[in-house]
Amino acid sequence: MAPARVCSCVPVLEHRRADAPPSATGPRRGRTSGRPGVCCSRSGMDQGSAAGTGGTFISLSDSEQRCYSGLYALCQPDSTGKPAAGKVAELFRASQLPAETLHQVTEVCGAKRLGYFGCGQFYVALKLMAAAQAGLPVRLESIAGELPLPVFVGITNELEMRYANHPSTNESQPHILGSVSAPRPPADRLVLRHPDTSMDKQEAWSPPRSPGISPPRSPSAYRNYPYGAQRNGTDTLLAYDGKVPARPSVPQENSSPSHYSLKPQPEQPVITRVASVERLVERVEVDYSDDPWRITEEQREYYTNQFRSLQPDLSALIVGTVAKNFFTKSKLPIPELSHIWELSDVDKDGALTFPEFCTAFHLIVARKNGYLLPETLPATLRPGFVEPGVVTAPPSEATQPLIVFDDHMMPGANQLEMGSVGLQMTSRPGVTAKQDVRDETRKPEFSPKRIPEPHEKQIQRVSTLKPDSPQELDANMKSRTRPRSYSSTSIDDAMKKVEEPPTPPPRPQKTHSRASSLDLNKLFQQSSQGAKSGWLPPPPALPPRPPATQIFSFIPGSEKSSQKAVQQPNFADFSKFSEEETVVTGALSTEDLAPPKSDSTVLHQGHAPQKPVRRKLHAESQSATPPLATPYSAATLTKSTQRPPPKQKREIQMAIRKNRETNAVLTRLNSELQQQLKVVHRERVTLESQLELLRPVAST
Amino acid sequence: MAVCIAVIAKENYPLYIRSVPTQGELKFHYTVHTSLDVVEEKISGVGKALGDQRELYLGLLYPTEDYKVYGYVTNSKVKFVIVVDSSNTSLRDNEIRSMFRKLHNSFTDVMCNPFYNPGDPIQSKAFDSIVSAMMVQAC
Repeated sequence: MAPARVCSCVPVLEHRRADAPPSATGPRRGRTSGRPGVCCSRSGMDQGSAAGTGGTFISLSDSEQRCYSGLYALCQPDSTGKPAAGKVAELFRASQLPAETLHQVTEVCGAKRLGYFGCGQFYVALKLMAAAQAGLPVRLESIAGELPLPVFVGITNELEMRYANHPSTNESQPHILGSVSAPRPPADRLVLRHPDTSMDKQEAWSPPRSPGISPPRSPSAYRNYPYGAQRNGTDTLLAYDGKVPARPSVPQENSSPSHYSLKPQPEQPVITRVASVERLVERVEVDYSDDPWRITEEQREYYTNQFRSLQPDLSALIVGTVAKNFFTKSKLPIPELSHIWELSDVDKDGALTFPEFCTAFHLIVARKNGYLLPETLPATLRPGFVEPGVVTAPPSEATQPLIVFDDHMMPGANQLEMGSVGLQMTSRPGVTAKQDVRDETRKPEFSPKRIPEPHEKQIQRVSTLKPDSPQELDANMKSRTRPRSYSSTSIDDAMKKVEEPPTPPPRPQKTHSRASSLDLNKLFQQSSQGAKSGWLPPPPALPPRPPATQIFSFIPGSEKSSQKAVQQPNFADFSKFSEEETVVTGALSTEDLAPPKSDSTVLHQGHAPQKPVRRKLHAESQSATPPLATPYSAATLTKSTQRPPPKQKREIQMAIRKNRETNAVLTRLNSELQQQLKVVHRERVTLESQLELLRPVAST
Repeated sequence: MAVCIAVIAKENYPLYIRSVPTQGELKFHYTVHTSLDVVEEKISGVGKALGDQRELYLGLLYPTEDYKVYGYVTNSKVKFVIVVDSSNTSLRDNEIRSMFRKLHNSFTDVMCNPFYNPGDPIQSKAFDSIVSAMMVQAC
């Protein structure tokens, strides 16, 4: 059976800590009786082993204990609990001590005598190595005191990976109390969850669970080799160590259910860590900057400055050519730069937003330091990555480049004094008008001084607009490409075209069918003085026209001309002129016309198109515009004194006038759109000609 | 599933060509080369009309006894050629169209990369992966 217990001190001979309850040690002692000298118990003295080690209890500090337990776990692949000699040898070699020293260590710690490294021997060996690295002679006495942790170079990655595989197998043993076969830290924790409720026992074991000090120390040693050959190992080790601190966030409770509930959760990160280091590091609350795919604060500051040097506006894009020249200065080979670009330009628009720029820069930095480029973008570098648990000032005006652009029309920027927390919550404003997912990046890393920038307001607005973007984030980055416009005729393509317009206008039924732009609405609103909100602009005003012409044909020439004069201002002034003016003039003119129209009104009544006109006029009449109402009511009053038909006639004429107005507006809109179309066409031709120019002459 | 996919530049030299049974590559290269004539013929025929309205998807260029060759031209005269096994009768026209669309999409992505000079062979891994997804799985 393997003694894979974490012990607070190496049992050499004596009891150092008397507070360990004998009951706890009893069963363990019994279990370990088969393995002399292997198990460490705080108080218990294992038979025979102590003699082997030669004499005194050596107490380990908490940090040492944690480190050693981790290392012990690394070296213990097999179920009997014996550290594999090979692994141990590797570890010893990794300590970079001379071979002779290692021999001494082995001898002193008693493994030579025993033939293998038990728990105790292992720990003693580790401590001896620490002593040796600190320059002390390899003696038991030298390790009696507090020593820095031994430093192992480059050993951890493989071991970590192996270790990482273990917990998966260990999952099935959550309830095995004490009889853990393999000395893995989860097993340690299992032992901790031993129903042995002695506080002290748990205290003894809790340190491995809540290492606050030890891991940072070894990382600090590793930090000197951030991009060395051991980089992956460093990361994994740190990730592992980092993972452990995550657990102590749960206070060391005695209640075993809580421990059990803890168990699956820490296992997951370990297992997934096999898949990707980055994801684990994400979960760790501590930000280990040694993860190569993670941008630190300093780096981000540096990238920000570089971005500013290229493009002062942090929310704007860096054009492809500019970025190309800039990154070419890094002297990386072009294919690699090309690959980096592919990785970082997630929206495939040929330009870099600020987060994309940071990603690209970071990849270049990593590559220059020797890291191989990944095939896909690491999760921590994706624009939508948000560090867990960090709530700081909202970041990213830089993350909203397109959002800012497309939100120009958004009014009311001042609704926001939401705190940064609020913005953080609403997090991802996602899809912009370009249908690209641009989400906030690592928010916490932005300096607070950017808070008061006005972009925040837009962030807020957009975030309220599109709160559902997080789901789209990591999943389908690539699928959110820019709208593709191909002139193909397949059904799929036709469907695609339908979805293409970035903001598919909801085809407002109230306006003209072509009026998808806001201008028309604005125009109409202006024309209506804001009062005729209920006014339905006339449908394509063809039907009322024939009656109008018919009416006109019956009107005496003078009135016809006057009415035309009335109509002319509509054409000339569109919506700019106040409605009342036209209405007034219309009213006046209609008044003039009223008497002579008596005979022509008969025509109106019988004319079918009048009905829609009348409906509209009713809607009109419901509006409460004083300027409109008064002339109209005046007109109606005057009319009402006369016969009803003239009133209808006037209504129709007003409708006609309005229709003409609408026509004028639409004509103008049409011409504008045509112009835009021409411009776009011209651009396209220019681009194509440029493309052809750039192409080398076909002599290859 | 295609057995060979080729991207040919405007000047009719290949930017990218890949076939699945790698031993028969020469045969596919030859097939693609001869298909270029058919492509030219097709696009020249419509040249009188507005360029915009020319259909990008050219359809079946010509069938041989073993293979069928489909073509697609972009507005900038870059041609995509897909060679499909004749025995694969289940491949419908729409599927071919979608394959071409995917190709065109990833080609545009490659173009957007400022480090790519138009006219260079395409070395983008993303493009490679898209093409691999469309190729016949070599068994």
